[in-house]
Amino acid sequence: MIEAARFWAIVVLVVAGLFFTFVSAVGVIRLPDIYARAHTASQTDTLGAGLALAAVALALGWQQASVYTVLLLFFVFITNPTAAHAIARSAAETGIEPVTADSAADGDTREPSTASTDRNSSDDDGGSDVDGGETA
Amino acid sequence: MIPSSVSIEEIFLLAAALFVVLAIMMFYRAVAGPTTQDRLLAVNVLGTNTVVILALLAAGLDEPWFLDVALIYALLNFLMAVAISKFTVERGGVL
Repeated sequence: MIEAARFWAIVVLVVAGLFFTFVSAVGVIRLPDIYARAHTASQTDTLGAGLALAAVALALGWQQASVYTVLLLFFVFITNPTAAHAIARSAAETGIEPVTADSAADGDTREPSTASTDRNSSDDDGGSDVDGGETA
Repeated sequence: MIPSSVSIEEIFLLAAALFVVLAIMMFYRAVAGPTTQDRLLAVNVLGTNTVVILALLAAGLDEPWFLDVALIYALLNFLMAVAISKFTVERGGVL
């Protein structure tokens, strides 16, 4: 009974780890820019690796090797999002522009100008409201 | 009820083979990524997959010393990602 429960828990953990790692692989290949790819690499890949390592620790049982596996699990859980954050931050400081809805619609060069006109128009609306209050 | 046709070692070896396929998918982004950070991120995810493959092989082949290799690989993978991402920002600043 306990052996059957352990067997199916290992199978469920391995299949869940494979699923999340597959989602991570599809995200790194298909997503449009470096920031979205760093997002999927930091979260989904960490969860997939953690589930697969938990399955290995559960299969090894009470011995010294499972202590190594649990240490490896905590190390991956700490360092994998840290590494993805460092990569995304180096991309931001290098000056890589993120893909937005505007830049995906009509190219990268129009994106800062439309953003600035949006800010100016909102400022003009606020100013006209104040002016209308004064003239009335 | 444990199925008698498949053992737990075969499940680990099959999962390791599928993880190898997912790691090979990462080579597309490592080769075709437009920026340096894309390639670095793809190599980082590939290294994490390699750590998981080594752990699955340690359980599947019943060779526990593979876990030592996986631990050292995880350490070097993290060090590589942080060092190269630091190196791309201020070139020659830390290395």
